[in-house]
Amino acid sequence: MNAPLRRVGVVVIVLFGLLFANLNWIQAYKADEYRNSDYNGRVQVAEYKRKRGNIEAGGTAFAVSKETSGELTFLRTYPGGAQYAHVLGYKPVNLADTGIEKSENDFLAGTSDQLIANRVKDLFTGDQTAGGNVLLTISKRAQDVAYKQLRDNENGVTKGAAIAIDPRTGAVQALVSMPSFDPNPLASHDTDEATAAYNQLERNPDGPLKNRALGEVLPPGSTFKIVVAAAALENGVTQETQIPAGASYTPPTSGSPIRNAAPSICPESQVTLMNAVTESCNTGFAQLGVRLGADAIKEKARQFGFEQDDLTVGRLGEGGHPVAASRTGSMENADGGDDPAALAQSSIGQRDVRMTPLQGALIAATVANGGSQMRPYLVRQLLGPDRTTDYYTANPRELRRPISGQVATDLREMMVSVVENGTGRNARISGYTVGGKTGTAQSGPNTRDHGWFIGFALDKDGNPVSAVCVLLEEAGSGGSAEAARIGGQIMRAAIADPGSR
Amino acid sequence: MTAAATPASPPATTGGQPGVRLARSRRNAELSLLLLAMVLVAAYAAMVEANVLETVTPDFWVPAAALSAVFLGLHVAIRFLAPFADPALLPAVALLNGLGVGFLRRLDLARATPVERADLAIFAGTGGRQLAWTLASVVLAAGLLLVVRDHRSISRYAYTLGLAGIVLVMIPAVLPSSISEINGAKLWVRVGSFSIQPGEFAKLALLAFFAYYLVRKREVLSLASRRILGVDFPRGRDLGPVVVVWLISLLVLVFEKDLGTSLLYFGMFVVTLYIATERVSWLLIGLVLFFGGAYLAYVLGSTVGGPFANFYLRAEIWLDPFADPYEDGYQLVQGLLALGTGGLFGAGPGGGQPLKLPEVQNDFIFAGIGEEIGLFGLSALLVIYLLIVERGLRAALAVRDSFGKLLAGGLAFTLGLQVFVIVGGISKLIPLTGQTTPFLSAGGSSLMANWLLIALLLRVSDGARRPVTGGGGGVARPAGAPPEQLHGAPTEVIKP
Repeated sequence: MNAPLRRVGVVVIVLFGLLFANLNWIQAYKADEYRNSDYNGRVQVAEYKRKRGNIEAGGTAFAVSKETSGELTFLRTYPGGAQYAHVLGYKPVNLADTGIEKSENDFLAGTSDQLIANRVKDLFTGDQTAGGNVLLTISKRAQDVAYKQLRDNENGVTKGAAIAIDPRTGAVQALVSMPSFDPNPLASHDTDEATAAYNQLERNPDGPLKNRALGEVLPPGSTFKIVVAAAALENGVTQETQIPAGASYTPPTSGSPIRNAAPSICPESQVTLMNAVTESCNTGFAQLGVRLGADAIKEKARQFGFEQDDLTVGRLGEGGHPVAASRTGSMENADGGDDPAALAQSSIGQRDVRMTPLQGALIAATVANGGSQMRPYLVRQLLGPDRTTDYYTANPRELRRPISGQVATDLREMMVSVVENGTGRNARISGYTVGGKTGTAQSGPNTRDHGWFIGFALDKDGNPVSAVCVLLEEAGSGGSAEAARIGGQIMRAAIADPGSR
Repeated sequence: MTAAATPASPPATTGGQPGVRLARSRRNAELSLLLLAMVLVAAYAAMVEANVLETVTPDFWVPAAALSAVFLGLHVAIRFLAPFADPALLPAVALLNGLGVGFLRRLDLARATPVERADLAIFAGTGGRQLAWTLASVVLAAGLLLVVRDHRSISRYAYTLGLAGIVLVMIPAVLPSSISEINGAKLWVRVGSFSIQPGEFAKLALLAFFAYYLVRKREVLSLASRRILGVDFPRGRDLGPVVVVWLISLLVLVFEKDLGTSLLYFGMFVVTLYIATERVSWLLIGLVLFFGGAYLAYVLGSTVGGPFANFYLRAEIWLDPFADPYEDGYQLVQGLLALGTGGLFGAGPGGGQPLKLPEVQNDFIFAGIGEEIGLFGLSALLVIYLLIVERGLRAALAVRDSFGKLLAGGLAFTLGLQVFVIVGGISKLIPLTGQTTPFLSAGGSSLMANWLLIALLLRVSDGARRPVTGGGGGVARPAGAPPEQLHGAPTEVIKP
């Protein structure tokens, strides 16, 4: 019986050899994969052991990590609450992270390659390694005004957005989406509580999680007339050129006439382009659009930034909040020729034209900035954990140049006329030259119209200091006037506190 | 290792008793190895406290000292009751048992709040309970050595033990699930908060029966009737017993929903059958039957479901645990992640996060320990297991009687197979089954049964290494009377 016993001994050695080989596979070859697996809660514990850096605006921290006694050491809290929710994004334990918290995660968490020297230093000094700090361009005062004015708007509107940017740099001064939400419960270490809070927000029909300032598009209404006017100015039309207008206009192929918002607006057969913009003359712009053709309008819109689907607002050119593409939609027949009905409606910002509030603000900013459109950004500086080492400072750069300086000057004069003599009077700021354009967009057969305002403010020397876009969804009549009022308030705050850039 | 498994000299023949030097009892070697093991256990406890509590409490050594006292007691008992027993077995098992207690105490520390930690009594928590069970188990093992002075006397109760074994196996299967099922496997008898696993003891009883039965029947079973492809296959009617055991193991698989135990019983039987008959054909038949049966259960599980569904699910989890990482595959995935996180060197005793692991004190203790001691530490643990198994097989090689050979060989192999089944299970080498990790997992039944197994191996190894003097303990003397158990013993043993 000894021969089989010896063979059994060999079999056991073989079995243990298999165990050993398999442990080598798991603990050596696959070790890194398993260690960093998404399912590995240890990674999270390690991540939360490190103090995540702040996200700050104007010297105040709006995302901070607080030490707790739980298994996850640091709790992410948002002292700004709902007011900054759409600016910062959030970083939950068990849900997907968003916004700046997501795009600057590596730097905030301290795991960024940029911070490697810092980590090595901590290894030797024994200091607890912390994450880096992200400083935003936001103007606290403008953000405060934007949030409160939007929330307490006089039309009782529950959904909307406002965004303000510095036309000279593209730095975002204020960014609000309404309704907003408190991100603190989402970051709770009690994952059931966080999930419940998330599900509740997700189910809310008003969509508080949506970033309406950047991620949602709606018909821009008359604000789109600035794009059409720009195309006209480049095609031989001047401010004083008489264009056909009238009480109503019926495009050749369509039975439904286009009318003006009120009978008092451009009932005469011809108005100057200046007056058409100032009064927001629908019949004038519909005919102007048909005359210019779909290609000219679509091309001009594209040059202003329509159709771009990869823009992000965060660090310049490196991630951040995704921006939805604004669209001009189809204005052609099936055979490829212009469809006058579609073209006429599109020229007044209806039909299939869709725009984000950011795009509206960019149009106003471009006009204010002499035709140069600066790339929008939120992150102005990355500071190391020691708060002294500068790892990145935003260097503003031009995104595109949709219009010449002369066209910009002409548009600027017309938009200033809108605020001084026309539909945008609510936006006036004493001591500053304000220009803008209102918009009232039909949203559907049974819903109320959206109110829009895009505008800019120039100081005494004619330098642009702020550009804004305010949207009040389904605001009904007076929506655009209220939007203009809020836009003026935001710009006034941005003038007092221009934020950082 | 291999040297221990196959003694280089002198070449032993059938039933051989190697050279005269074995007349030395080697008890002092056992004592020093045991003390070394206890020093390691105490060092482990200190490292755990340093990592978990960030300080070493003044009484970190208390559990190690308690264990040392218990094991030293057993050592003294062995000096009197089995003076020629293998000196490596007790220290190796004591080291595993001590590390197991240390790790379970480490879990208690991690679970406790800082206030509770301050006065975690020695017998409190899982670790304390395991310490108490160790005490009981070692006393029982010493009792077995005291009662069974010669392993051959066990064969007198072979049929009783066989019957008892079958009853023990069947108890959980026939009991309602509310009493016998834990985590999907019906292996338990629960009375209140107390639960025992009768299968752990059945293992020993059945093996004793197999050894006796096969010694009696080995001539018949090794008769060849047909030779196919160079392998002798037994006659059809001699297949009876193996088919019966195969059916029992399949019933275990189906009704107790436990592949591991089933594999354990069947492997145990087939290997003892092979040792008894020296016929490779039995191994082939056994492997074909087992894998055929498992494959059939898999196919039936995927089509018919019912009692086979559990096995099918386990096989599916094994094939791709990450397919459902939060539900079905959760345990295995977390086990793999713990092992991977440990990497080569581990997080250090007390430095890991074993509480992330489900069932870390039972099935997944090896993964939990592996996170902290890494590949190198786990390899050392595997080597210690291998040492125990090969020492057991060595006792089987050296012992003179066939019953002792089968008993020791079967016991040693079963221990090795159990380690393979559970460690292979948690490391995704084979489908995961609910086995305990011998001497490490929390649980009295398993610990007690495995200590009894070790006591039997000690008894057999004592019989194997004892000088042929005609029985009795004490110092080796030149043989006076003709030894009783000279069956197959080479004559050179009595040379000076």
